[in-house]
This record gives sequence, structure tokens and C-alpha cells, in this order.
Amino acid sequence: MKQLMLGNQAAARGLYEAGCRVVSSYPGTPSTEITEAASTYEEIYAEWAPNEKVACEVALGASIGGARSFCGMKHVGLNVAADPLFTASYTGVGGGMIIGVADDQGMHSSQNEQDSRHYAIAAKLPMVEPADSQECLDFVKYAYDLSEEYDTPVLFRTCTRVAHSQSIVETGERQERELVPYQKNPQKYVMMPANAIGRHVVVEERMARLAQLAETTPLNRIEMNDPKVGIITAGICYQYVKEAVPQASVLKLGLINPLPVGLIRQFAQQVETLYVVEELDPVIETFCRANGVAVTGGKELFGLLGELSQRKVAEKLGQPVPQGLQFGEPVPVRPPVLCPGCPHRGLFYTLHKLGVMVSGDIGCYTLGALAPLSALDTTVCMGASISGLHGFNIARGPESAKKSVAVIGDSTFMHSGITGLIDITYNRGLSTVIVLDNSITGMTGHQQNPTTGLTLKNQPTPQVSIEKVCEAAGVKRVRVVDPNDLKAMEQAVREELAAEEPSVIIARRPCALLKYVKAKPSLVIDPDKCKNCRACMKIGCPAISSFSGRMAIDETLCVGCDLCKSMCAFGAIKSSAEVEQ
Amino acid sequence: MPQVKSVMIVGVGGQGTLLASKILGNVLLSQGYDVKVSEVHGMSQRGGSVVTYVKFGDKVYSPIVEVGEADAILSFESLEAARWLPYLKQGGKLIVNTQQIAPMPVVTGAMAYPQGIMEKLGEKGVDLLALDALALAEEAGSPKAVNVVLMGVLSALLDIPEQAWQQALEQCVPPKFLELNKKAFALGRSAQQSH
Repeated sequence: MKQLMLGNQAAARGLYEAGCRVVSSYPGTPSTEITEAASTYEEIYAEWAPNEKVACEVALGASIGGARSFCGMKHVGLNVAADPLFTASYTGVGGGMIIGVADDQGMHSSQNEQDSRHYAIAAKLPMVEPADSQECLDFVKYAYDLSEEYDTPVLFRTCTRVAHSQSIVETGERQERELVPYQKNPQKYVMMPANAIGRHVVVEERMARLAQLAETTPLNRIEMNDPKVGIITAGICYQYVKEAVPQASVLKLGLINPLPVGLIRQFAQQVETLYVVEELDPVIETFCRANGVAVTGGKELFGLLGELSQRKVAEKLGQPVPQGLQFGEPVPVRPPVLCPGCPHRGLFYTLHKLGVMVSGDIGCYTLGALAPLSALDTTVCMGASISGLHGFNIARGPESAKKSVAVIGDSTFMHSGITGLIDITYNRGLSTVIVLDNSITGMTGHQQNPTTGLTLKNQPTPQVSIEKVCEAAGVKRVRVVDPNDLKAMEQAVREELAAEEPSVIIARRPCALLKYVKAKPSLVIDPDKCKNCRACMKIGCPAISSFSGRMAIDETLCVGCDLCKSMCAFGAIKSSAEVEQ
Repeated sequence: MPQVKSVMIVGVGGQGTLLASKILGNVLLSQGYDVKVSEVHGMSQRGGSVVTYVKFGDKVYSPIVEVGEADAILSFESLEAARWLPYLKQGGKLIVNTQQIAPMPVVTGAMAYPQGIMEKLGEKGVDLLALDALALAEEAGSPKAVNVVLMGVLSALLDIPEQAWQQALEQCVPPKFLELNKKAFALGRSAQQSH
């Protein structure tokens, strides 16, 4: 049956059809829907792990246990999973194992745009890269066979434009796979020096055999057209090339590590000029040049930054491109904002007001960096808010700890915040940490996590208590505050900053978008009482604006959280229910 | 070269652009076209400027639409129409819901919301259809049905049997909201014809 599927849904379908049994992932845009879609198949056990390292280890364990397994993550998640990744290359697999990694060229939803192909090279693992949803499905199935035949985990790389584009997919049936029998094999699975030395030999032999496979695999193919222009490309760039220069000859690579030197040379000989079209780093281009293949144009044309497109490819290859109309006057940008009713808003208003240094983290609350809340000072990676703050305060002395806080979400705290907190208590730090507990993993679209009491498949499960984790880590001052209670929030922050010991404030209120959080009637502004002082604008709520010079609340957006009401000194903001009475 | 048509659906995160593109994608699939629909999830969904690309034809390669390539742009909000204007193909159709939603720089007073956007677009010779889709959605029973009203408007421009749209609505909309959305679709479809 033909249907429209996201690349991620198609990859999940591939997992299903290939007989995958175990999926463990941590959510991260643009990879999340692979695991969400996989969890809808009864035959697949699917879970959210606390972080990508754990997910990768679960998948490796399942593979050693004989099952076909998968772990999914975004590009920066692979940094977290890199430790098991590199040694999984040495152990090889039992059942087939795939590590799905979604890059985010253009940084639609990421803190960097690192090129995950370097991991395949560094860890000496094969990597496949699909160019549309059908290939997502097909390449997953291919990757499992490859994994088992060559005794290796396989990296499956996508990007935002493949993961989050829907295209037509022809689906098939599931083929059940028996568990591969488990036999104790310490030479293969106990990676202590004596055994690992032997396995490194196996890894190098495997890479040599994979390089031979790369010459003949159907994933790599030459599409000969006009020999004047030849283009080597892979993944989404193939689509841009085909649209921009349909007359060109193309070498499309689907197995992108190791690369096929023979096929590349053969293609280079058949064409008059040779271009390499790839986003981010010159991985294919460098390989060509290192092997003596002359490249007419690569990174000096297409650059190292962001995404390409059919237009950019056409322009750089000297093709005409259409010019668009210009509006002719400045169009205000529309950055993403914290939602109306967001529980983070009250906290960030308080922190901004107190003028403290805020060590930030990864999640919806990163948006607290934007005006008018402008609360965050730093954001680096998952968990860095807490450990980074500790370093900042050690560098600047005890007084610094009275003017600085870390903010971190519930899911991010579980992911890699706990170790940072232990570093503070263990090393006699004084820092104040605020856990923004909105009872869900928000930014990636509402995934459960260990603090929510539900699994990925919505089964009830014991809830990890953030309070008790903090206490067990040695924090004596742990308190819970409702961030929408501005007075209580300010008092808590002031007191914990003043305390001469580490403390944790749990700012607890569920995400306003959760289904069980019922919106209250919209608020309205009483024009007779409003003095137009704009105090309500300081909280940066998108439901409040002043189109006609007067403050107004958009009733389609307002969820009645009352935060603006507590900002108003004139009692001008009321519930619409109140007004009707 | 095979003919490929490009539609952009632009708006503000939370306005339901993803549902609109899902309906459109399913309609086009039912007509036997090759179809690609490109979305961006995550960060930009939080009240930011959002864009979805829908491309269809004999064979679609790139899932994204570039400057000067869109045969039609469906804008859920006035300012977004101005923002994405450069993407409209020469002679392309611009459909705009005249609703205005202030972006944060306007909320904070750092910038002004441009005045007279529709007039300015008209002066540029753009083939423009401006309508108050929010009013029509409210007439149908919910301000959230703006997306389906606009699908109705678009449907009148495309040579596709109305039944295919009705089927796609049934596929994509939860049963309890189906009647409301059918009404919204009909209001959008006739709004186009009355101009």
C-alpha cells in the first residue's frame, strides 16, 4: 500500500518489517518520531532511556542478546553515546544493531550543526544515508542485513529535510527474526586490553571488506546523463542536484562510509567536470582529493555552513535562478516564544528582575534567553547548566554563588544533570540549581521521562522523585515552588541564593499544553482601569499585544494562567468569566 | 522536464499549518501524484514563523520550495505573507488570512507591525486573495478551523474533485470535529468563488 510517510515514520516501518525487537532512544529533534512510530507496533519493545549513552548500551545489550535492535538520537546525542559507540565497533553484534542519528543542518532546533559522518569514520563503522522516505524504510532493512553479515553496528544518518519530509512509501510485511542464540564469548564481548587488541584487527579487516562492498552495493549508483557535468552526492543533496541540474550525471552514494574509491574513479573518468555536493564538511570531497581524484568544485563553491537547496546548487553551477518579489520594508522577525500559560515564564521574569547570572540548558526554557525575559546567560549542551555554574562559581569565588543559578528541565536533569549536581555537593560547592519540572519532555513534543510515571507506551511505572534524588546527592536544602506564584518564587530564589550551601529549587507546574491541564477562561483588560503602563508586557506573553495603542489580550491564545494579572497594579486584568457575571 | 507544482503554507506556530499540509498531501496522493511535504518541528513550532512546503507532480525531487518557486502561498497571517513574498513565483497566487498576530519584537515595542500590508501587496501586482478566515472559522464554530477554511479556499484553485477533499478531511480530522470542519471547508471554498 502506498502512503505518505515522514522519513522518521518510514524508518520505523523499516524497523518493524525487518523484525526489530528492541528500541531504546532519547528524544531529540529531528529524530524523535522514529521511536514514537516504532512504539506503535506491538511487536517492538520501545522505551525512552534517560540519555543516549544508556539507549545505545541497551540496544547493544539487546543485540548481544540476539535481537535486532535500534537506538535513535539527534546528532548531538551521538556525542553522549560516543563511548559505547566506539567500543561496540570492536565487539560487533549478535542480532543486527542500528544507531540512528539525525543531523540538523541549518540548526532548525539545535545548538550546533556538527556533521555526524565523522563519527562513522572515527569509530570505523559503516554508515548509510537515505534521500527520501522510501529509502529510509529500505535502508533500515539493508542495514540490518549488513550488520549481521559483517558483524558490526551500522549508523543510519538522516537530516531534518529527510526526517521531517513526507514522501510516498510502499510498505511490506514484517519478517519475524528468531533470536540469535547467545553463547558466552569473552574474546568478542569483554573489551579488556588483551581481547580488544585482537578485536581491533577484526575491525580493520571488516573495514577493508566493507570498502569492497561499497564498490558493488546497490546503495551506490551511477546515473549517467550528459558527461559534461558529473556530481557526486548523497542523501538530501541528491534531491537538490536532480532538481537543479537534471541533465547532469550523478554518482549517488547511499553507503557513505566507507566510500568506494573504485566507483568514484570510474565515475570521474566518465565525466568532464566533477563536482561534489554535500552539506557541512567536505567528507566526500576530501576522500576524492586524498585518492588523487580531481574535483572541479566542492566546498569552495558550496560552503561549510547550513543547508543547501536546489537554488543554491543551481546558482553555484551557473544555472539561472528566479528572482522573488521584495516586500520593500522591514518585516519584524517572529522568533519562537514560550507558549501562553508556560510555567517557565514566571520563573524567568523573577530571575530577570533579580538580575542574577543564569546558567541555562537545553529545552523549551532556552527560549527564556529571548527578549523581554532575556534571562539566560549561557546554553551549551544537555546538563551543562549545573556543572557549568559550578565552574563559574569556583572561578569567581563564594560571592558569585549568591548571584547565580542554574536552570534545567526535568528530563534534562534526568539525562545528565544529576552528575553535575553530585559534583557540586561532593566538591563543597555552594551553587543554587533550579529544576523546571513541567512534568514532561516539552521541546521535542511531549515525551514521557523517568519523572512522569509513564513509559513511552503509556504504561504506569514508578516515578523518579527529583526531591529524593537531590537529597540523596547530598543537597540539604530542597524546596518545591509554583513558578506562577511570583512572590513565593522570588522569596525562594532570594533565600536559596543567600544560603551558604548548595540548594535546589524545584519549580513545579505542568506544561500548559498537556492535555490534562485545562485552560481557564481567557483574561480580558478593563479599558477603564488600564493605565497603559505596559507592566503586563514584561512577561513576554504572546497573547498580550497593543495593536491599537491599547493593551489587549487575544482570547484565542490566552489560557487564563493569571500571570499578567499579578503584574497589574491597577486591577485592570480580569477573567472573562468574571466580566460576564 | 516534468511539471512540478509548489505550494507553501506559512503561518505562526500553533495555527494548525501541519494539519493543513496533511490534508493537502493526502488529497494529492489520492490523485496519483508524486508528493512531498516538508515540515519543521521542534523549536520553531513554539509561536515562531512556520513554513510547510507541499510539492506535487510526475516526479518530485527536492522537498523544499525556494525563492521565486511557489505557485501558491497560503498565508495564515498577514505579516507572514509579507515575509514569504519573495518565494512566490512570477504570476503565482497569494492567499492571505488577514488576521494579525503580533510577533515578539512588536509586543515588546522594538518594531512596529507594518501597516496596510494587503494594499502594498496589491500594488506590487501580486495575484492576491485576502480574506478574514478567522471570521469564517468562527462562523463554522471554532476559531481553530482557520486551517480548514484556507484549505477550502485553496481547493477552489486546484483542479481536483471536491470528493477527494472530503475524503481527506475524513481521514485527517477526528470524527467529533468533522462536521465543524466540513462547514469550515465549505465556507472557504465558496469565499474563493465569490471574489
